[in-house]
Amino acid sequence: MSPAIAHVAAALLPGAADPTTSFPTPHLDYRALLPMLIVGGVATLGVLVEAFVPRGKRGITQTVLALGGLVAAMVAVVSNTSIRNITAEGAISVDGPTLFIQGTVIAVSIGALLLIADRALASDADFAAQAADVPGSAAEQASVRAGFVHTEVFPLAMFAVAGMLLFPAANDLITMFVGLEVLSLPLYLLAGMARRRRLLSQEAALKYFLLGAFSSAFFVYGMALVYGYAGSVKFADIATALSSSTHGDPLIIVGLALLGIALIFKLSGAPFHWWTPDVYQGAPTPITAFMAAGTKIAAFGALMRVLFVAFGGLSWDWRPIIWGVAIVTMVVGAVIGVTQTDVKRLLAYSSIAHAGFLLTAVGGITVGTADSESSVLFYLVAYGFMTIGAFAIVMLVRDADGEANHLSRWVGLGRRSPLIAGIFAFFLLAFAGLPPTSGLWAKVAVFKAAYEGGAAPLVIVGMLASAVTAYYYVRIIVLMFFQEPAVDGPTVLAPTVFTSAAVVIGVAATLVLGIVPQPLLDLAGKAVPFLR
Amino acid sequence: MVFSYVPVLALFLLAGGFAVFSIIAGRLSGPRRYNRAKYDAYECGIEPTPQPIGGGRFPVKYYLTAMLFIVFDIEIIFLYPWAVAFAQKGGATVFLFVEMVLFIVTVFIAYVYVWRRGGLEWD
Repeated sequence: MSPAIAHVAAALLPGAADPTTSFPTPHLDYRALLPMLIVGGVATLGVLVEAFVPRGKRGITQTVLALGGLVAAMVAVVSNTSIRNITAEGAISVDGPTLFIQGTVIAVSIGALLLIADRALASDADFAAQAADVPGSAAEQASVRAGFVHTEVFPLAMFAVAGMLLFPAANDLITMFVGLEVLSLPLYLLAGMARRRRLLSQEAALKYFLLGAFSSAFFVYGMALVYGYAGSVKFADIATALSSSTHGDPLIIVGLALLGIALIFKLSGAPFHWWTPDVYQGAPTPITAFMAAGTKIAAFGALMRVLFVAFGGLSWDWRPIIWGVAIVTMVVGAVIGVTQTDVKRLLAYSSIAHAGFLLTAVGGITVGTADSESSVLFYLVAYGFMTIGAFAIVMLVRDADGEANHLSRWVGLGRRSPLIAGIFAFFLLAFAGLPPTSGLWAKVAVFKAAYEGGAAPLVIVGMLASAVTAYYYVRIIVLMFFQEPAVDGPTVLAPTVFTSAAVVIGVAATLVLGIVPQPLLDLAGKAVPFLR
Repeated sequence: MVFSYVPVLALFLLAGGFAVFSIIAGRLSGPRRYNRAKYDAYECGIEPTPQPIGGGRFPVKYYLTAMLFIVFDIEIIFLYPWAVAFAQKGGATVFLFVEMVLFIVTVFIAYVYVWRRGGLEWD
């Protein structure tokens, strides 16, 4: 080895300059990593399908591949339930919360993928024929006539799922950053793929990308500062470094703040929520369903792991901040939601409010209380399923030029199509947290956890915010059922098998968890705590 | 402790002072002969073409080539430390080899996609 190379090697690989050190085989627990490997592998295979399968057969091949991969990953997660293992040289922690969140992400992804497949394979597909065409140009019309379809949405969505599986499992900051990017980058692209209202969609994609890239930069900067303090990016080492010092060093406080900004951005907590309504509105609705459910679930898993596992020793410093963020998030989601006239924007503000309710449980904990952790897990399941179901219904209400998202178009929908409007009303009741839905028990669980953790003020704000959100949910129900329909009202698309399946999954999960929540609460209770 | 930062302060002052000095000295001592080339974006001897006149678009065909090159570039950078570790023939030769093959194959799949979908054709 020449001296120059040895010098580079010494810089890149600690220990490499010493020829007596041998590179140890990293310990990889392949069984624990299996869900991530399956989904990542299927995504990669999907790229090959795009390359070699003839155009006409791509859609169906991709659908089968992606759904098969997700089901296989689900089986892998379920068969792993007894694993509590930190593997890959401490980079990935496959513990109870990881498995629970991975199972939830895969379940909602199956629902979202059914919606994506439905709208990608339909003759009036929701995805741009050729995303590179200028909106409104002759080239675009030619692509539509030629029947092009972006079946790349499937591998992209699967890469995003792989990122969502890795994000909450990451046990050091670098792996977490990789998970963050793997889940975000495909979503930036997917947000810009709507066939109708393409400018709005591209605007959404650009905003999401720029702001997301900015928040990623915050994450990396925070990571650098934390490394400066702890000398390591591993969560266990950060926790050790914190436990050996008695007072908070500005370096670690600022580092944690920057990490927190990036994570709160991803779970659309205020004041980092500005992208949410625009992106939810502009993105194709199946993608909105996917990211509203999946990203939030994964991001909460990651936030809890960072706060509880790595920065548990600083909980007296971050708790007040989480309190503040939770209050602002709930108020913003509830109050600004009242003025919305677009159903997708309204659901976006609803999702912001839900992030706030979830944060009450995160902020209410004294580190290590199993109750608050499991209440968040339960809430994520309930929220994920109702979100997928609600957006599935939004997909069905259509005008001549695509979805009729303006609320004025929804007037009297209950007269026209009682079943669809009834199901949507059911999901709205679930969002509001009324019986007999899972939303009730989810709210009870997080508010109880927050109250027992000493966060009574948060619970009071949460109750008030719930009441305000209930106002706008009930307003839509009134609008759908108790007002005369317009003469030229929107048509309700007859749901296909795929959409029906997604809606049925959503309704069934919301109803069953509303009537018998205990088994899942027990399961969530068994999943915690985080492995340290 | 604060005094240990005095050199940093001195450097800031020196840098700022040099910038101000250069601008003023240039104004006072330099000749002023303006021509069209001096108003162009870059004085590198080449006229900036093509211009997006009237809302036209730049041809950005080269962006695909550039992006593919960057992917390839990063792959090579990643290969270097791997090669150093591999050359030491530690306890994990087979593991190291398989891991790198997996990595290269994954990157290669992206190239296969680009090739099949016409990304390597210039026109």
